[in-house]
This record gives sequence, structure tokens and C-alpha cells, in this order.
Amino acid sequence: MGNDPQDNAIDKIDMVAFRARQKARNRALGLVLGALVVLFFAITVVKLGIQAAHH
Amino acid sequence: MDHAPTLNSAPLRLPADWRDFFALTKPRVMTLVIFTGLCGLLAAPGSIHPVLAFTAILCIAVGAGGAAALNQWWEADIDAGMKRTAKRPLPAGRMERESARDFGFALAGGSVVVMGLAIGWLAAAILAISIFYYAWVYTVWLKPRTPQNIVIGGGAGAFPPLIGWVAVTGHVTWMPVVLFLIIFFWTPPHFWALALFVQTDYAKVGIPMLPVVAGEKATRRQILLYTLLLVPLSLLPFILGGAGLVYGIAAAVLGLGFLALALRVGLRHSAEGDRMKPERQLFAFSIIYLFALFAALVVDRFAGLEGWL
Repeated sequence: MGNDPQDNAIDKIDMVAFRARQKARNRALGLVLGALVVLFFAITVVKLGIQAAHH
Repeated sequence: MDHAPTLNSAPLRLPADWRDFFALTKPRVMTLVIFTGLCGLLAAPGSIHPVLAFTAILCIAVGAGGAAALNQWWEADIDAGMKRTAKRPLPAGRMERESARDFGFALAGGSVVVMGLAIGWLAAAILAISIFYYAWVYTVWLKPRTPQNIVIGGGAGAFPPLIGWVAVTGHVTWMPVVLFLIIFFWTPPHFWALALFVQTDYAKVGIPMLPVVAGEKATRRQILLYTLLLVPLSLLPFILGGAGLVYGIAAAVLGLGFLALALRVGLRHSAEGDRMKPERQLFAFSIIYLFALFAALVVDRFAGLEGWL
């Protein structure tokens, strides 16, 4: 099956689509994780500020 | 389809698109959840740092998204049988069921933990209850068993303003409970109006929606009954002094509009080939009603703070 040139062409297209989908998912996940890092940092700063104000 | 031969001739399945994961969270439903949660937060007495306010709303939204993903994981087969839901990621075969399940649990767990650490554990506990309520009490338990599924299941959508309020104050008082009850009693007429004009779909997949089980006449009566409970309830914040004149006037005007539409729906019978216009109008107005009522609550609070009235 894999030796048929037509099959190989389909495989190539399929792998391109697979990689593109993976890349888009990785990018979306990276953005979400990056946003969480910023959010957690901001929460920490705010909470420390509130605690300091109470003291 | 997402299947194609690969070099070793095993089927290669495309990983689910990130947009499909986003679709699992039911973004359109989430807008109402975010809005009512934000209104609860803004209308609550006291103040909260904007970063923490954003975090609280984000947790409410993500928690609702997680519950929606778990709902779709559980109901994939039912969704496949209904025209309205057949194109969702799971019934359309664009995603594996396990992915939806894991995604739902991750969102639900993550939102509760972040809410607890950043805002407070009471708000986190109510968020956890709301997720459990929607994903299990409504989806798994009530929806396939009783035609009253919507009544009790409506509680799931009623939690956001309560959580928003508790995020600011740290405790539960009568006012956020009334806000909870307003959405609770709003849900049946809202959803049954929809069920009246899409009833053939629910009948097809065996979900005991009230119009399917008890018939159209009983559904119309129940819509009217719940509206009669909703309208005076929506005036309670004004009557008990929890909200001012802006809210009182808005609640009265909106309530009269809701009641007028519900009366039309409640007292009529549909004929063969009926286009169900009054039911569609009631459904559309019910969405505007809730947005406007909660917006009025926030405007009322800021009007009071700024001394406009």
C-alpha cells in the first residue's frame, strides 16, 4: 500500500494537515499557558499588596 | 472524514481542532453566565480589586465551560439525534469522547482551585456545586428522567450572580439568593417556550421535555405559572430595599412585558402548521429580559453610589 505513488501523495497531504492541526493546537495551548502565567503573577502581586496593606 | 491511510497503513486521525474545544464550552450560553456573574459582582456591596474581579469572572466562565463540555461528553449520542446539536464536535465525529471528558474535568477542577486560592473557598465551593449541579444533577440524573428537568436544572444557570456576589462580600445574604431565585424561575418559561417550537427534536431522542410528555396545553399553563411567580419575585430586591428606584422601575416594566407575552403563549392553542410566533417572541424576549434586569441592577447600584437619585 505504502509503495503506491498515489498513496504516498495522500500520506504527504495528510501529514501536512496533521502537522498544521498540531501546530495550531500547540500555539493555542501556548497562548493559554502564557496568559495563565501573567494572571497568576498579577494575582500574587495583588494579594501581597492587600496583605501588606492589612499589616 | 478525518481518517486517511498513512505510511504504515494505520488510519491517521487528525487531532481535534482547538476551535472544537472552544465550541465544547458553549460560548453563547457562556455570555449569559459571564454577564449575570459580572452583574452579581458589580451589584454587591463592597469592593474587589479589578484583577481579582477578572479572575472571579474568568473562573465562573471556565467552570461553566467545563460543565458544558462534560454535558456534551455525556450527551453525545442524544446530540447526534437532534438537528440543532448534530453538528457539535462529538456527534459530528471531529473529536474523541475522552478528549471532551478530560477537557471538561480539567476546566472544572482548574476553575474551582483558582477561585479558591485567588478569591475564597466559599465562592469556590458554590462554583463546584454549580458545576456538579449542571454536569450531574441536570445532565445525568434529571434530564432523561423527569419532565420537570428544566425546573430543577435551571438552578445550574442561576449560580453565577450568587458566586459573583460572594466573591466580593465573602458571605451569602438574602439578596444574592433572590438573584439566584430570579434566574431559577426565569428558566422554565424561557426554555419551555423554546421546547414548544423544537419539540419534535426532543421527542425523537426520547428526552422527556414537558411538551413531549405532558402536552402543549400543560406546558403553556406551566409557562404562565412560572411567569406569575417570576414577576413579583423580580420586584423583591426593590420592595425589600436591596435595590433602588432604577431597578424597581426596570423590573416592573420588564415584568409587564414578560407577563403580556407569557399570557399570549399561555392562553392560546397552536393549530396545524402553526409558525409558533408568540412562543418565538417569548423566547427572544426572555433573553432580553434577563440581560436588561441585571443591567438595571448594576446601573441602580452605581446610581446610588454616585448620588444620581
